[in-house]
Amino acid sequence: MDSTTKPPLFQDTTPDALHVRARIEAFNADYANAIDSDRLEEWPRFFTEDGVYRVITRENRERGLPLSLIYATGRGMLSDRITALRTANIFEPHVYCHQISATKLIGRDGNGWRAESNFAVFRTLISGPMIVFVCGRYVDRLVEGDGHLLLAERNCVLDSRQVDTLLVIPV
Amino acid sequence: MDTPAFHQGGDTALGFEWPGEDVSRVPFQVYTDHAIYDAEQQRIFQGPTWNLLCVEAEIPNPGDYRTSYVGNAPVIVNRDETGQINALLNRCAHKGSLVCYKPHGNVRELTCVYHNWVYDLTGKLTGVAFKRGVGGKGGLTEDFDPSQHGLRRLRVETYKGIVFGTFSDETPPFVDYIGGELAACIDRVMIKPLKVLGYHSQILPNNWKLYSENTKDSYHASLLHVFHNTFGIVRPSMGGGIKLSPSGWHHLSWTERVALDDQSTTREKVRSLKDQYKLADPSMMAHKLELGDLVTNSIQSVFPGTVIQQIQNCLAVRQLVPRGVDRSELFWTILGFEDDDAEMIEHRLKTNNLVGPAGFISMEDGCVGGWVQHAAQSDPASRTVMPMGGRTIEPSQGSRVTESAVRGFWKAWRECMHV
Repeated sequence: MDSTTKPPLFQDTTPDALHVRARIEAFNADYANAIDSDRLEEWPRFFTEDGVYRVITRENRERGLPLSLIYATGRGMLSDRITALRTANIFEPHVYCHQISATKLIGRDGNGWRAESNFAVFRTLISGPMIVFVCGRYVDRLVEGDGHLLLAERNCVLDSRQVDTLLVIPV
Repeated sequence: MDTPAFHQGGDTALGFEWPGEDVSRVPFQVYTDHAIYDAEQQRIFQGPTWNLLCVEAEIPNPGDYRTSYVGNAPVIVNRDETGQINALLNRCAHKGSLVCYKPHGNVRELTCVYHNWVYDLTGKLTGVAFKRGVGGKGGLTEDFDPSQHGLRRLRVETYKGIVFGTFSDETPPFVDYIGGELAACIDRVMIKPLKVLGYHSQILPNNWKLYSENTKDSYHASLLHVFHNTFGIVRPSMGGGIKLSPSGWHHLSWTERVALDDQSTTREKVRSLKDQYKLADPSMMAHKLELGDLVTNSIQSVFPGTVIQQIQNCLAVRQLVPRGVDRSELFWTILGFEDDDAEMIEHRLKTNNLVGPAGFISMEDGCVGGWVQHAAQSDPASRTVMPMGGRTIEPSQGSRVTESAVRGFWKAWRECMHV
């Protein structure tokens, strides 16, 4: 997974670093906008060709247990999630509203960046009921893609071990 | 040990009678009635049943504990200095506070933080704070007998690394409870020491029984969960069937590939029947044959709320915990074997995309129970109909299009509930 080294207490605030952080925040806004607007077919394109996506509970992660709720390695597995959602899986229709905040640029990582951001996702069923579905932290590694950042790895670390009903739309 | 309520006979307090003798018709009331829900805690979960507590691998060392549930009763499972596994009601004998409020840990004794009452790992009360008072004033009365105020103990049995508990003295030994044929089915899967790969849980918006029924309902599998069909994942020569314990209470539903001359193939052929949808990356569908047979799916229930699962290389135990008349929590413990290498673990983690709250072939079970619950709450006087495969409770070889095991569930329910 990611490095276990402690992140710096204060992140780099030089203009270059702030620029990177602003780009990551813009990236997260694009990511949230695509999912929350039901443009899910675009979701794999936020990842590198072999990008890794995990939805893992904080409990498993902190105990060193490898199990994820969703584990995809590469755009193929990511797009299979969306194809299944569209064609096979059955669930009460619902939408997400992502709130992403507190982005912290942890530092350089090889040819990319490590960053963490908090998220909360409100889930609204078409019949009306709305809940805070999940909250937690994105633990990311991003690399330069074709003029924009891409996720080499996104770990969605859920604060709760409980999932209400089912998880089908990506976090 | 408390005497279960049904020993007094009858159910006048419950005000409920099963309509007729037939278990192929189930009144919706059983999913919505609070008095029935309360009685189930005593008569089923604290009655003559074995309930999943944990797997042994979670508490390998003396002093290790984890918390669990039997029905809605919180339970501590630990391993003491002698290596024995103890299961204790997680409720201080003094004021009823939780004794262990963290999900797991390692301790020498169990201390309730509220008033510092201390128990040893077998549940015996060994210390009471200020038992002699302060300055000769206060303290316990002379007739207080600590031996009468331990933590309530459950009987424990471990089978193939899986730990079960029961509150009742009447529950037969575990193997007798599920029967030899179904015990052999656990032997088939749990062939080596287990390792926990992780946990998660799923809140189900329905009465616990709707999920118990669902696990025994092999009829719905290919109809609700259409993942395999949609992606044209061809499963040639699939055989299978349903096994039932002699009591009818417990079941196993299995699917197997009939052996072909494909030299114990390690991968299901994946192609599109419709030339429309196919998996871009079918690697998670690979099945590494590790159990010495061609069984791809084996779903085994132990009444009332335990499931032991093998889906390809995805091994798990599931524990169903009622959280109110219209809500339950399903705890998944995903397993591998202790000697799995890194490649096998990686494979199991990928296969796990099939199951759990986000599982390609299981997520629907999270919502469908809620849809039945809606109906039950709006019309508790009505009933369900389960005619598939007759009205009896019999095993089925070759076909899983039967509700026999679900009828077995209702037989168990009625026998425990005395209705």
